[in-house]
Amino acid sequence: MWLWLLRRLGQVIPTLLILSVLVFALQQLMPGDPALILAGEERGDPQVLAQIRAELMLDRPLHEQYLHWLWRVLHGDFGFSWRIRMPVGQLILEKLPVTFQLAAMSFVIGVAIGVPAGVMSAVWRDKPSDWAINGIALFGISMPNFWLGIMMILLFSVQLGWLPPSGYVPLWEDPVMSLQTTIMPAFVLGTGVASVLMRHTRAAMLGALSQDYVRTARAKGLSETFVVGKHALRNALIPVVTLGTIEFGRLLAGAVLTEQIFSIPGFGKLVVDAVFNRDYPVVQGVVMATALIFVTLSLIADMLYMAINPRLRTA
Amino acid sequence: MSGADIESGESPGRRALRRFAQHKLAMFGLVIVVIFVLAAALAPWIAPFDPMETNWSRLRQPPSWTHPFGTDENGRDVLSRVLHGARASMMAGVIAVGGAVLIGVPIGLLAGLGGKWMDMVISRVADAMLSIPFLILAIALAAFLGPALENAMLAIAISASPIFVRLARGMALDARNTDWVEAARAMGNPPWRIGLLHVLPNILPPLLVQATLAIAEAIIAEASLSFLGLGQQPPNPSWGSMLNSAQRFIESAPWLAIFPGLAIFLVVLAFNLVGDGLRDALDPRSQKR
Repeated sequence: MWLWLLRRLGQVIPTLLILSVLVFALQQLMPGDPALILAGEERGDPQVLAQIRAELMLDRPLHEQYLHWLWRVLHGDFGFSWRIRMPVGQLILEKLPVTFQLAAMSFVIGVAIGVPAGVMSAVWRDKPSDWAINGIALFGISMPNFWLGIMMILLFSVQLGWLPPSGYVPLWEDPVMSLQTTIMPAFVLGTGVASVLMRHTRAAMLGALSQDYVRTARAKGLSETFVVGKHALRNALIPVVTLGTIEFGRLLAGAVLTEQIFSIPGFGKLVVDAVFNRDYPVVQGVVMATALIFVTLSLIADMLYMAINPRLRTA
Repeated sequence: MSGADIESGESPGRRALRRFAQHKLAMFGLVIVVIFVLAAALAPWIAPFDPMETNWSRLRQPPSWTHPFGTDENGRDVLSRVLHGARASMMAGVIAVGGAVLIGVPIGLLAGLGGKWMDMVISRVADAMLSIPFLILAIALAAFLGPALENAMLAIAISASPIFVRLARGMALDARNTDWVEAARAMGNPPWRIGLLHVLPNILPPLLVQATLAIAEAIIAEASLSFLGLGQQPPNPSWGSMLNSAQRFIESAPWLAIFPGLAIFLVVLAFNLVGDGLRDALDPRSQKR
């Protein structure tokens, strides 16, 4: 186990290093001189420009700029937002809990719908209920998140007036209000997760149900509920757990447009605002942070996989 | 493969085609795709109005016989804008995925056939790119490249390419250990020739499936980027930017949000249906005949 973990970390570190090069390289795509953008009104003053260039090390060769940037990132310093005048790291840490709440709620919704639906559709393979569930999942995968969000606002806020169309209240200030403001976006994101989990649970269940141990269990005269619940599901859930962890990471990306539509001040809205304001250090910081979260999650997924599947433990 | 297939003397390609044609949902998807392709191609001739023509005497009119999808906040005909918007979406979907295939497949083949070091470097770069969620990478690239439809397509192409690197690499590694590639190598064929002549034809089926499904994702991504103002620039019509401006009028003019979104949903659904159908038809292990 420990040896495996070490080997896995040996893979992660080069990936992260390459990632840092890629994120740094994003800057180079930018049209125009960042110093000119930063200088604003004073762009005519060569002294100001020179000072900004020296501050940002734009006057140094590229590799030096990169190493300096990497050094700072390794110390948790993601630079300074050009617009809001705050450290990027602090901005991200402030917004993350909001998005985590949203992601956690969506994830719960996604698992609560997706896993049972997948099991049912595998058990009732090729029956009308299987087709219906598959059809709904296909709708869920094809539905653009942001459109579903707008349509839900139209139905539940404008037509029925049940829920507030936008805004956010933190969980610790007013839990009820907080749930009211986040339930629609969480549902929008949750449907996507549910569709993906349903498809994978179905495939895994079909695989498990055709195994010898299931046939043995049935031959022993165990009830079908017991066979499906205990023998098949437990084995089928192994790949689903791994996938679920990765899906959780993808929720962070899905949150970008959904937060924008429901005006939720989270991680996604931070990126969008940064893009609108040409606040490049924030965009870079967010990309780096999401990738870090994603890499950590897939590491956790692998460890969970090892923990659940005893056959792999000795490897 | 069952004995019946061999006896019937049907080539794998023909059999896949026949199985695809019998796949009702896939054919339904294909029909929708063709309709949208035609709408995109013929938009200037079939659209009832000029998509950019503003008219202050018909602001935000609900759907009617003259304007089946209603009119928008500048008095433009929504149906005409949806039809013209199909151009941006379909083009972005197809060109971006085409670009992703052209970038990803050769690099993936190189990783699979080029030797240990090459493989390690390419795989780590692909891993690094895959660790950034697709949409966030596309948004970041488009943001740095600057707002324009071409830049959005480039951003989507780059973000989607690592999937094709992985696919091509995996298939190349599988093919490497087969007897026919072994034989080809023994005859002194250089790696690029082996990749082009012996591996590529074999990865075409999974590539086709992956590319079709990727078009669906690319269309959503283009709509998302346009929604954020990073794709097609106004006043040129695109479904994403139409949805963005529709948000402000959701209470008074909901049709502005309904029709462009419905168009995105239908096209994406259609490409997903075709992709699923292709997967079923091309899978040699599939029992269905």
